[in-house]
Amino acid sequence: MNRILSWTTALAFGALTAFQAGAVDLRIGLQDDADALDPAQSRTFVGRIVYTAMCDKLVDVSPDLKIIPQLATEWAWSEGGKVLTMKLRPNVKFHDGTTMDADAVVATIQRNLTLPESRRKSELASVDKVEATSPLEVKFTLKKPDATLLAQLSDRAGMIVSPKAAKELGANFGSKPVCAGPFKFVERVQQDRIVLEKFQDYWNKDQIFIDKVTYLPIPDSTVRLANLQSGDLDFIERVAPTDAPAIKSNPKLTYADVVNIGNLSIYVNVGNGAKANNPVGKDKRLRQAFSLAIDREALMQIVFEGTAVGGNQPFPPSSAWYDKAIPVPARDVAKAKALIKAAGFDRVPVEMQIPNSPVVQQTMQIVQSMVAEAGFDVTLKSTEFATLLDEQTRGNYQMSRSDWSGRVDPDGNIHQFLTCKGGLNDTKYCNPEVDKLLDEARASTDDAVRQQKYDAAAVILNDDMPMIFLGHQSWIWAMKKGVTGFVANPDGMIRLQGVKKQG
Amino acid sequence: MPVYIGKRLLVAIPTLLIISIFVFSLQKLLPGDPVLAMAGEERDPAVLELLREKYHLNDPIPLQYVRWLGGVMTGDLGISLRTNQPVTQLIAEKLPVTIQLAVMAMIFAFVIGIPAGIIAAVKKNTVIDYVASILALSGLSVPNFWLGIMLILLVSVKLGWLPASGYESIFVDPVRSLQTMVMPAFVLGNALAATLMRHTRSAMLGVLSADYIRTARAKGLSPKDVVLSHSFRNALLPVVTLSALLFGELLAGAVLTEQIFTIPGFGKLIVDAVFNRDYAVVQGVVMCTALGFILMNLIADILYVLLNPRLRASL
Repeated sequence: MNRILSWTTALAFGALTAFQAGAVDLRIGLQDDADALDPAQSRTFVGRIVYTAMCDKLVDVSPDLKIIPQLATEWAWSEGGKVLTMKLRPNVKFHDGTTMDADAVVATIQRNLTLPESRRKSELASVDKVEATSPLEVKFTLKKPDATLLAQLSDRAGMIVSPKAAKELGANFGSKPVCAGPFKFVERVQQDRIVLEKFQDYWNKDQIFIDKVTYLPIPDSTVRLANLQSGDLDFIERVAPTDAPAIKSNPKLTYADVVNIGNLSIYVNVGNGAKANNPVGKDKRLRQAFSLAIDREALMQIVFEGTAVGGNQPFPPSSAWYDKAIPVPARDVAKAKALIKAAGFDRVPVEMQIPNSPVVQQTMQIVQSMVAEAGFDVTLKSTEFATLLDEQTRGNYQMSRSDWSGRVDPDGNIHQFLTCKGGLNDTKYCNPEVDKLLDEARASTDDAVRQQKYDAAAVILNDDMPMIFLGHQSWIWAMKKGVTGFVANPDGMIRLQGVKKQG
Repeated sequence: MPVYIGKRLLVAIPTLLIISIFVFSLQKLLPGDPVLAMAGEERDPAVLELLREKYHLNDPIPLQYVRWLGGVMTGDLGISLRTNQPVTQLIAEKLPVTIQLAVMAMIFAFVIGIPAGIIAAVKKNTVIDYVASILALSGLSVPNFWLGIMLILLVSVKLGWLPASGYESIFVDPVRSLQTMVMPAFVLGNALAATLMRHTRSAMLGVLSADYIRTARAKGLSPKDVVLSHSFRNALLPVVTLSALLFGELLAGAVLTEQIFTIPGFGKLIVDAVFNRDYAVVQGVVMCTALGFILMNLIADILYVLLNPRLRASL
């Protein structure tokens, strides 16, 4: 009897180890630790990377930034863009075994709109009501037409969570999130790791070849790369551009990059408090001169090892929304000097605040020397980020260097920055004509109409220039050679559908 | 002795109170709005206002302090703005990690620093002394972050012997835990070892030239007995004081070391908290550190008395 027992135990143990040995475990190094893992409350970029594996959304975004089906299989606009009807995918389960249906969608959207801690309220501000019209159909009725809604539903606002779990955990949902994505939550140790495992009832499970994913926040890019090289990690995000050549020449690693949808820019204080009263803030000719004095291509080549591209609009030149009639200007010091002269200056003193990261400092020192040739005496004031943000919102600056991670819908890169009442309008630029164009672009679901509005706004903004765009960085990933099937997407997310790992 | 300890602990209360006022005011003097820093790219004014209200950030600063102090009295250090977790819970999670790192670093420092100091003193002005002194000087001069990165590149990337970073609890997987901690503990202990070596050496030199050592030698005691039993015990007194003071340096060093090796301990917690203006966490961590510092000094004083019988009379 004892012998039988020990044999059975040995067999069971053997089977268990064999299973473990065969399980595919993917370890991903992230730049930061995520905040609360609740799609309604979260605000970090890395949090979105984790959700990509854990929480499916109503719609997703393809590498060419088109909205594609995910939990919703099809959708249609009606009543002049005021009603959005979505058909849901049948037979979808949440990680807790409950069914994802129209009621769950309604409950999630209601939660996003009403939870006091929700950060999705402004993203869903246009939604008047949402209702289940059948078990697999939902209807969004809007207060006014809003073409950006689909893009919002392709991100956290559209991540459908289990109503049962949301009800049980309330604002503490992030401690044990339950969604309908390919991987389910296992554990989290703050600042150390987030562990997910394959969800066996995932609707698209045939496309999932990884059994367990572990996300490890490692802020230092050198250490992150060292972990990949030593084999402790399989995959890393936001590789430093300076490391790109080393990865490309390493036979054990694979390199991937894509120009992102964000931008690098300089804010000019044109109307934010007393400090707007400075030469560059008051005279658009000086801002145009500043822009013309910068050699954007050289700048991107030097600082970002050629992985970034120069830019002069909120959208990268590769974007469908970029106004091709206003190409990235070539450096023209003579013209810049002429503009400065026309503005009545010989030398223009200007103070610029910059975040104290090495890459930004290097970038701005190059800009400083470039514009000096045209006649700008730039004093760089390097501050830590929280201070910079505070000074920027309060208007305590002349020029300020800022990044934007970008949004899928063009509206997210422009409206909140450049309309009079925009939430992120720290330059306090206000032009009713621009407001009108950007509002109209937001309201139309016809891409051709939107394009025309954005182009018209681009012309005005290129002349007024409250923000001087410098360029667009790339997302850079590196992975072990054995990791295949990853598709780089300009939104910077790591989608694990189709990703395989050998060895 | 218990009376002495009791007195010392009583004195610690006003010290901690002063530190708390100091840290609280300093934080409020920092530019930057915690709610804005936390919001990042999503600055919905309504949500920001709600958070300001929720965390009482609109109240006058003295009132915020009194409220915080009231919480401390009942063991509540507040809620982290960034992670929504209670600060006491965060500290309870992170403190053991840093203690493990600190203890291992101290072990490295003692094992390397003290023997090296004794040998250097005994072999004064010989090649051994010079080599030990040069090594100690290098240990003091090499910055933590540089040594850390170099070790990662050599030991993890090139040789593949140890994990480059990360952490595992010693109770979950002791082997992995030691593997991940060896390099950071060495980096952190290295500079301390150098300081310890220098002080042990000079203390030993002082003792070795004392009259009673000459007498001991004259009595015919073996050199080993003279050095270890008679000299070292007396030379240990200043070293004990120094070790307690080094504890402060250890925590400061841990901030940097934890960043390099991505160890989720106290150091990383406070750096993240400062950058995000997570006031409650900064305050909690600083108070906890101050308390640790006071306790370490108390322990050093007790050890002092135990090591030196002459001091017992003065209690």
